[in-house]
Amino acid sequence: MIVEERRGFSIVAYIVLGVGVIVTLFPVYFALVTATHDLQTVASGRAQLIPGRELGRNIAAAWVDGAIGARTWNTLIVSVLIVAGKLVLSTTTAFVLVYFDLPLKQLIFWCIFVTLMLPIEVRIAPTYQVAANALEPLQSLVDLVGVNRLALRLFGREIVLRWNLLNTYVGLSLPLLASATGTFLFRQFFMTLPSELAEASQIDGAGPLRFFVLILLPLSQTTIAALATIMFVYGWNQYLWPLLITTRESMATLSMALVSLAPQFDDLPTWNITMAGVLIALLPPVVLVLAMQRAFVKGLVSSPH
Amino acid sequence: MNGPSRTNVRRRTASRFAVFGNRRLGYALVLPQLLIVFVFFLWPAAQAVLWSFRLEEPFGGGSVFVGFANFSRLFRSPEYLRSVGVTIVFAASTIALSMISALVLALFADQIRHGSRLIRSALIWPYAISAPAVALTFTFIFNPFIGLAGRLNAISPGLWDPLLNGAHAMTMVVLAFSWQNVAVNFIFFLAGLQEIPESTLEAAAIDGAGVWRRTWHIVLPLLAPTTFLLLVLNVAGSFTQSFGIIDVMTQGGPGGATRTLVYQVYADGFIGLDLSGSAAQSLVLMIVVVGLTLIQFRFADSRVHYGGAR
Repeated sequence: MIVEERRGFSIVAYIVLGVGVIVTLFPVYFALVTATHDLQTVASGRAQLIPGRELGRNIAAAWVDGAIGARTWNTLIVSVLIVAGKLVLSTTTAFVLVYFDLPLKQLIFWCIFVTLMLPIEVRIAPTYQVAANALEPLQSLVDLVGVNRLALRLFGREIVLRWNLLNTYVGLSLPLLASATGTFLFRQFFMTLPSELAEASQIDGAGPLRFFVLILLPLSQTTIAALATIMFVYGWNQYLWPLLITTRESMATLSMALVSLAPQFDDLPTWNITMAGVLIALLPPVVLVLAMQRAFVKGLVSSPH
Repeated sequence: MNGPSRTNVRRRTASRFAVFGNRRLGYALVLPQLLIVFVFFLWPAAQAVLWSFRLEEPFGGGSVFVGFANFSRLFRSPEYLRSVGVTIVFAASTIALSMISALVLALFADQIRHGSRLIRSALIWPYAISAPAVALTFTFIFNPFIGLAGRLNAISPGLWDPLLNGAHAMTMVVLAFSWQNVAVNFIFFLAGLQEIPESTLEAAAIDGAGVWRRTWHIVLPLLAPTTFLLLVLNVAGSFTQSFGIIDVMTQGGPGGATRTLVYQVYADGFIGLDLSGSAAQSLVLMIVVVGLTLIQFRFADSRVHYGGAR
């Protein structure tokens, strides 16, 4: 905040901020310029800083030849599933944590808190195994309590539970739907509302679900918008998880398609097309964050990480 | 306010809200999220713990209990110890670079009258870009033949060679990762600055403290909670979120020079199919991340105690 104004100081401030803005903008400007040149210019070894005229052609090449178009569709579906799923799960859980009187509330809270401490990166192989058969935990339980020995004796065969999530939209989204950030943020928000709200609606004869859908959710619009933005960016930009569980080309996401667009050592250096792909991939989430800037910043700062 | 009475206040607040007595409905509503947490978080984490004390064959080929053998193998492996070192260098340099730049930018952005909205927008959007997109852009900028950095080689051939020189490769991934992380650090620092009470700064100004002294003696100390929170977030982030940048830019190379712990878990477990070794590494990482998260939340609680800001 500004307490007093000094001319010399503001000049320094604007210079420092200007440098910061240039450094922040430059890499993407460079990608943009590269995407506007033809292969010959890019391969000449004299990196260009002034735009050319081939942007349309390079975008088309990335969209069709690089299959960015088809992968964008996959990514959009997965991102929407992730946003919708996370919003549903986190609002309902927060609703229960605040408005219900459950003896096991503390345990529920901790189960969700724990997800913050177990990012996918620290449990890669076993999570992959669960994705290959999401019923594995249940199967282990069945084996453990001896149901299978019984089944073997009675029916002559064992119970085999299988639900393979590899190369499916469910597999790309379901394991990412738990949301500690969302749950805690909604819980925080619900607790700022007047507590008489629920009582009043109860006196008016509305049950818990009616209260949730007709009163609580409409009041949460700003929080929902902020979280939807954060979650969309999260879903759109997933890389490690899709890389693990998709082997079929047709199920690959945008991030993976981008990486396969990168010229390898002995390929033609078609970086103009790669950079066109980068532009396509970064545009939707960047536009969303800038459009929702206010709500997004507020949501990000007040959520646990 | 001391600990116990605050807990009481909180408990009373919570029960004041809890008006619905339909327990079955309550459990039904939380069940889906709890199932996902159990199947995709708790179960795999438990598996990792189990595997790390056994010698597992890939594709369900059976296993034997080996105690701490996987861990002693790990801590004697020069490859693993090297990636510990790589991780520390990567974390320390990205954190220093992105936090200090973000702090400087936020301090100045908080002091200007015109165009602050625009400057903020221009500084935060890298948050929205995916790791592979950032990585590819920087890979091309740092391409030793036809990228911008290729101009260094025009001056003197071999001056810039991230494909063979480990230090160059490390510089490249550190710059790419830090470039993106400045955004989120900037957002948090700016929010922290806006919580500092104006009256405190005005009082100091009346006492004759100039802007530099106010920054050094008042703003930075009051910003300490934000700085600490960011430090913890950044340490955890540089441990886990570095995967995308490193996988796309260097695949841990050249010769392991950029192979961080997370990348090693992936390479050993997913590509090398050494499930036990990878699980032991996972467990070590898990302990680090759990520790950091606990520190962060312990601290977040104490911030409620002492923070006079809001």
